[in-house]
Amino acid sequence: MSAVTVMYTLLFYVATAILVIGVTRKIFIYARTPQPLKIPTTPAPTTRAGVWMRMLREVTVFESLFKASKWTWLFGWIFHFCLLVELIWHLRYFTEPVLVFLPWLQWFINFTGYGMVLGLFGLWGRRFLVDRVRYISSLSDHLMLALLVGIAASGLSMKYLFHTDIISLKAFFLGLMTFNWQPLPSDLPLLVHLTLVATLMIVFPVSKLLHAPGVFFSPTRNQVDNPREKRWVAGWSAKIDNTKAGG
Amino acid sequence: MADFETPVLGEYQVIPHLKRDTMAGSKPYVAKPDHQKALGFPVELVPDWENVAVKKLGELVAQSRALQVFLDSCVKCGACTDKCHYYLGTSDPKNMPVARQDLLRSVYRRYYTFAGKFFPKLVGARDMTKDVLDEWYTYFHQCSQCRRCSVFCPYGIDTAEISMAARDVMDAVGLGQKYSNEVIGKVHKIGNNLGLPGPALANTLEGLEEDVKDETGVDVKYPVDVKGAEVLLVTPSADFFAEPHVDGLIGYGKVFHQAGISWTLSSHASEAANFSMFIGSHSNLHRAAMRIREAALDLGVKRIVVGECGHAWRVAYSFWNTLIGPFDFLDQKYPIPQHICEFTHDLIQRGALKLDRSANDDKVVTFHDSCNVARASRMGNMPGGQFIIPREIIKATCNHFYDMAPETIGESTFCCGGGGGILTDELLDLRIKGAQPRMQALKQVVDEYGVNHVAAICAICKSQFTKVLPYYKFPMDMIGSVHGLVSKAIRLDAKN
Repeated sequence: MSAVTVMYTLLFYVATAILVIGVTRKIFIYARTPQPLKIPTTPAPTTRAGVWMRMLREVTVFESLFKASKWTWLFGWIFHFCLLVELIWHLRYFTEPVLVFLPWLQWFINFTGYGMVLGLFGLWGRRFLVDRVRYISSLSDHLMLALLVGIAASGLSMKYLFHTDIISLKAFFLGLMTFNWQPLPSDLPLLVHLTLVATLMIVFPVSKLLHAPGVFFSPTRNQVDNPREKRWVAGWSAKIDNTKAGG
Repeated sequence: MADFETPVLGEYQVIPHLKRDTMAGSKPYVAKPDHQKALGFPVELVPDWENVAVKKLGELVAQSRALQVFLDSCVKCGACTDKCHYYLGTSDPKNMPVARQDLLRSVYRRYYTFAGKFFPKLVGARDMTKDVLDEWYTYFHQCSQCRRCSVFCPYGIDTAEISMAARDVMDAVGLGQKYSNEVIGKVHKIGNNLGLPGPALANTLEGLEEDVKDETGVDVKYPVDVKGAEVLLVTPSADFFAEPHVDGLIGYGKVFHQAGISWTLSSHASEAANFSMFIGSHSNLHRAAMRIREAALDLGVKRIVVGECGHAWRVAYSFWNTLIGPFDFLDQKYPIPQHICEFTHDLIQRGALKLDRSANDDKVVTFHDSCNVARASRMGNMPGGQFIIPREIIKATCNHFYDMAPETIGESTFCCGGGGGILTDELLDLRIKGAQPRMQALKQVVDEYGVNHVAAICAICKSQFTKVLPYYKFPMDMIGSVHGLVSKAIRLDAKN
């Protein structure tokens, strides 16, 4: 087995472990940390079902961002939607036989790579052109965009310019999953693409990418507006005992 | 009128370009040792304060899912950058919500995150230094905790939570804000923000009864400490004599009178406001709220109604059940607690009040949604009731009502510029500039519809408007209480 194969085999095991353990740990921390007071941003749903709908709108159509800034919403939504489709599409390298619905995405895939790049450049442009956004951007914000553009661009290059041996590639990933290691095609665009993806996986749990699990735990969005109807206690507020003090 | 540079109102709201450090000199007076002591805080900057601050911050984050999520999740998308009235009014970039959060987030990252510990430059992490502390003191007292930014954040990050935490950390190291801490001390010691003792309160209320009798010929009562009354009314102490607040209190009394429901104020709980929320202090929040439970039990009332006050209604609506519940000793048929607007609205719906709209024909009215009512509470039984109910009351009491532009009311309402513990004279420059977006929206309805009266349901809003309206060349008495309108329109002679 080539050195490249060994290196990438190890890299993806390490990256996957960091991603899974890191994000699971964070989710565990979010779930375990109490929210002692009711703080939904109102008007807020008064039922659990209503909160599910609010959260669904928030993570599918970015409702709050839409209220805030149409340009950021447009570029952000295009990027996230295309990324989602691409992620699902990439399952074809990890499933045999491929999932039944994957071929349905065939048509979208003609646009999603470009869509990611378009969305990312739109978002990146704001970091240079809008003085307020320029002010709040730190180096890591630019690097994150560079990383994602790199992933999209290297992916596009393989789709249209430098075709890689996707049969061997799939064998490599299926081998990773079954601990039956297979050689990785050592084309440069592929190696660049995989390196960047692994980097993204590794930085995920220690970066702002935590907004993905974070949004589901955000009390201003996931709390039911029913403090009068149902007494809420958690953490320090659960230790309050007024029956003694108040008589 | 002190001399300040008042922003010029144009045709419409503009989003200004950054002007760095324009508000770097705006800070409130520091709390004196006595103020700190009364609240259980160190009286001066403690030795080794840097470590104390960092440790306190860690504790707060570990106790609050909100902080935990908010400090991790911001992607610096910029959605909030043009939403804060203080940024719009001052152009100081540190008044952009994300930049304000970053003053604290940068420290959190340095001590509590992998990236901040090992790559501080990359993610903008900073050590806790005196400069950082000073910056916190300056800019976390330029946030009115109005939550407007949290409406627009894709993750619901609420700068109010961050500024409460920052103030809590500052109090823990001995750097408190005089205005809030002095006020909270008065509540603990005397029972209300103004430090008005029981006998003076009784006197004031007697005076009110005489005034109302002179004006209407009817014996409307303003009772205090009456055991066995049906309703305990808890209202901001400004209602007892500040203008235009007192017109609201007069209105509440008339509504109770017409409804034939016995009610009482309490000298023990003569304050609805709870500034402890502004400084993020849980123990003081609980302690100040506890007076209400004690008063309700002591007086044996069946219901609690809360007067017109924004953050007080947030504390009452959202936190009381948690802090001072369960309320199993009160009548479960009514909301606990109930807002005075819910109370009055209910009576109007049932036809129990006779209102003569023409009594307010001299007024062309608009309504200012107070931030804490709009974005941190509710009225009635459906989301958004807090926008509908006060407007229904207003429309039942006057013939001319016009709303301000939709992007400046409801959940998008602009803060008056004086909330969150900054309603103090040394911050007047900030208060004037922070009022700019609200004044801009007001100007539009003044020009277009001839609006000459702004109704509000918050003691802080009323005081703040009274102060800043003249700087924008509006008359200071343009601001009024919603129950001031009710008071004018209500027909006391009519029997139900």
